Amino acid sequence: MELYELTIHELQDKLRTGETSSAEITASVFGRIDAVEKDIHAYITLMRETALAEATRADEAIRKGEIGALTGIPIALKDICCTKDVRTTCGSRILHNFIPPYDATVVEKLRAAGAVLTGKTNMDEFAMGSSTESSFFGATRNPWDLTRIPGGSSGGSSAAVAAGECIASLGSDTGGSIRQPAALCGVVGLKPTYGRVSRFGLIAFASSLDQIGPFTKDVEDCAILMNVIAGYDPRESTSVPEDVPDYRQFLRRGIEGWTVGIPKEYFIDGIDPEVEAAVRETIRVVEKAGAKCIEVSLPHTEYCLAVYYIVAPAEACSNLARYDGVKYGFRSEEGRDLMEMYKKSRAAGFGAEVKRRIMIGTYALSSGYYDAYYKKASQVRALIKRDFDEAFAKCDVILTPTTPTPAFRIGEKTGDPMQMYLSDIFTISTNLAGIPGISVPCGFTAAGLPIGVQFLAGHFQEGRLIQFASAYEKEAHLEKRRPRCHGI
Amino acid sequence: MEFEPVIGLEIHAQLLTDTKIFCGCSAKFGAAPNTHTCPVCLGMPGVLPVLNRKVLEFMIKMALATNCAVNRECNFARKNYFYPDLPKGYQISQYALPPAEHGWVDVEFDGKQKRIGITRIHMEEDAGKLMHDEHNPASYVDLNRTGVPLIEIVSEPDIRSAEEAAAYLRRLHEILVYLEICDGNMEEGSFRCDANISLRPRGTEPFGTRAELKNMNSFRNVQRALEYEIKRQQYVLEGGGQVVQETRLWDDTAGVTHSMRGKEEAHDYRYFPDPDLVPIVIDDAWIEEVRKAQPELPLEKRERFMREYQIPAYDAGVLTTSRALADYYEEVVRLCGEPKIAANWVMGDILRFLNEEKRDIRECPIAPASLAGMIRLIQEGTISGKMAKEVSEAMYKSGKTPQAIIEEKGLVQITDEGALTKTISEIIGKNPTQVEQYRAGKDKVFGFFVGQAMKATQGKANPQMINDLLKKMLAG
Repeated sequence: MELYELTIHELQDKLRTGETSSAEITASVFGRIDAVEKDIHAYITLMRETALAEATRADEAIRKGEIGALTGIPIALKDICCTKDVRTTCGSRILHNFIPPYDATVVEKLRAAGAVLTGKTNMDEFAMGSSTESSFFGATRNPWDLTRIPGGSSGGSSAAVAAGECIASLGSDTGGSIRQPAALCGVVGLKPTYGRVSRFGLIAFASSLDQIGPFTKDVEDCAILMNVIAGYDPRESTSVPEDVPDYRQFLRRGIEGWTVGIPKEYFIDGIDPEVEAAVRETIRVVEKAGAKCIEVSLPHTEYCLAVYYIVAPAEACSNLARYDGVKYGFRSEEGRDLMEMYKKSRAAGFGAEVKRRIMIGTYALSSGYYDAYYKKASQVRALIKRDFDEAFAKCDVILTPTTPTPAFRIGEKTGDPMQMYLSDIFTISTNLAGIPGISVPCGFTAAGLPIGVQFLAGHFQEGRLIQFASAYEKEAHLEKRRPRCHGI
Repeated sequence: MEFEPVIGLEIHAQLLTDTKIFCGCSAKFGAAPNTHTCPVCLGMPGVLPVLNRKVLEFMIKMALATNCAVNRECNFARKNYFYPDLPKGYQISQYALPPAEHGWVDVEFDGKQKRIGITRIHMEEDAGKLMHDEHNPASYVDLNRTGVPLIEIVSEPDIRSAEEAAAYLRRLHEILVYLEICDGNMEEGSFRCDANISLRPRGTEPFGTRAELKNMNSFRNVQRALEYEIKRQQYVLEGGGQVVQETRLWDDTAGVTHSMRGKEEAHDYRYFPDPDLVPIVIDDAWIEEVRKAQPELPLEKRERFMREYQIPAYDAGVLTTSRALADYYEEVVRLCGEPKIAANWVMGDILRFLNEEKRDIRECPIAPASLAGMIRLIQEGTISGKMAKEVSEAMYKSGKTPQAIIEEKGLVQITDEGALTKTISEIIGKNPTQVEQYRAGKDKVFGFFVGQAMKATQGKANPQMINDLLKKMLAG
């Protein structure tokens, strides 16, 4: 096994015993990047020099016995998290040259925990997409099949973990952007409760839905990263001052006697038969582990996509108004007056999908339409949240497929936004309700593409999710496979 | 046809908090461009607002002072529009759920009192400033003001004349300054006013089409702009035309209003609740706390001055125009025990000295104790009223105590009866003709003797004693 293939906790064992060093681990990761990045394209910006310096510092700290939660571990960041003095593009031309003068709270926390930051990963422009194809910097390829997408919008972060181009990474999830690519790349991805992880320094897409979370190779690493990034942040008004437990305490505890809700609305026509079979198999596995599965209903599920595509674009059109070419980022030099400068800068700076959502959001908030769209959507959103409250009165966790299909081919859905939107159909409700959700690998298709299963729990029940996912992971005995990352 | 103006005012007051509304930057005016900024008020990607609680406290103070109902829950909304002085592309304001509504203030003008309704008061952030280079085709953006807290006070359309509007504006200005939540400086823009104005035939109910007036940066300009606009709209209507719904800018130099943008160019601000800020809950205990800490307001103070100090309404009005002036007056009264005399001195010499130099009462070189001391010296007869004039002027110039000045100038009044009797005897002896005339019944000559006596004593004689002695001695 190469060092880049190991998990955080495996590497920590080796670091503690002196069997390896952060410098070696970091060199191994960058060696892997040199080998596969030209095919995968997981990164927009690599931070090689600073990473090697951080590794050296980490090794000094380890020698002194000062070992933090992530000391010396190479971690990648989705390019939506602001990094001081390091270009942060959000996958867009309009921010292609933006260098933030500050670190996002999660970046500060990673640094304080001793992490080695490897670089900024690729993403759909402004996190608007499910395939990472809309990035201004080009698409990322799925390490399991280079002709396929890695999922999105955090496709660079999921592909980087799957391909060994980092040990773990952070992404952001507004409608499934962590869980969907995690499922399609065969890694663990957690979207925490809204308010659990600080959004300060996370470039906003839809403020009431966005949440940062980890991509890891297993559930234990997920708990380790959550221990570092979760917590109240006084710089964010929507951050919740709720105590953060040690998430590692939930590992390997078992789920004997738990009740698992299976929402009938999530096993629909159009779901890929191999995906459905793999997910039905997870039901058998968790029952074997001592859990009881019951059918539950989330009756407003059919409205989730519609509500999401009102609320998210409405917030986005306002959040993206600041990219006007005046203060930072791309500015068209062709404008002859202020209005032309705005129009030309935004026309050339944003890609097609971002413009589509700005248009949708602007329309939905317009005078005379607000009540029919945004207000109505907000009301339905409250009903969706209530569905979950009622379901969680009957069960401890909910189990669903993460995605309706495995990874699709590059270019397959770019011409049909509705088909693209449907790939988030099982993940969107979680963000609307603000609850946490985790995607865990649950098998492969016959063609060798990873499949994910999603577990959901009530607000601030990340510990419960980690306990359930850890028990499932142990019981499933999934075959250990590694992506080939071969060229086409 | 006789028309009646219907006017409503929107007032923006900058709040005197140390820091901005959503970040920790200084809210002070006058710093070098873009030095009071941070990623949050610069609207950089990924930053988030956190409400400054002081802003909410000031908001509640104003709501209570204007008899508003304070809503227990309110929220912030985004007002979306593009402009280079607005770095986020939206202004954080309040829309559907304001924190205060249904208030009123009483105003006086032409000796009448009238109640003007207040529709709502809400909080919002100020925008930055653009500076245009006259020599280069360039504009510069200064974002120091971005995020400075404002409250917007929206009146009901209860105002019926330009004078009434000015009286209402003055009343709100006075309250804000009294509460010490706004410095009220109209030139620097910390107190701004927009007006909505329409005309309707007198005696009818429905409102006419309104114009919105902007760019009036003094009390006088608000009144002038409204007077102009009333005439303009009247002219349009009388000519059989229709008033256009539009925004008009007041041109101070030309004394006219110009159309800035019409209804069809009006922004659709696409208001929606700001998802970055949680709804604000204001509990009763906090409102009570603010209410208890509320200072005495101008009208209450005015009434108390009339009652407690037995001074006329006019005096009470002048002395309560600012909290500092009222405090000054009260301190003088407390130290000398002469409310009316103190009122005369404060309203007379003190305000005159200050006005001549455009200084504030807080910068007055004469301490209340000095003025009170001087009043006591007059009352005791140590100095005359005329001497006091000289003393007060010297106190203002030097900041010294009245005693020190009297000593320096040798201003002590002569009250020695023997000395005065001697002086008067000499004057009577030197002026037999005038004595004859007086005794013959020519009373006017008395003034001549007073003048002679004052001249002989270099004005230091106690005038009352001179009077009494002269009358006695001339009578023979």
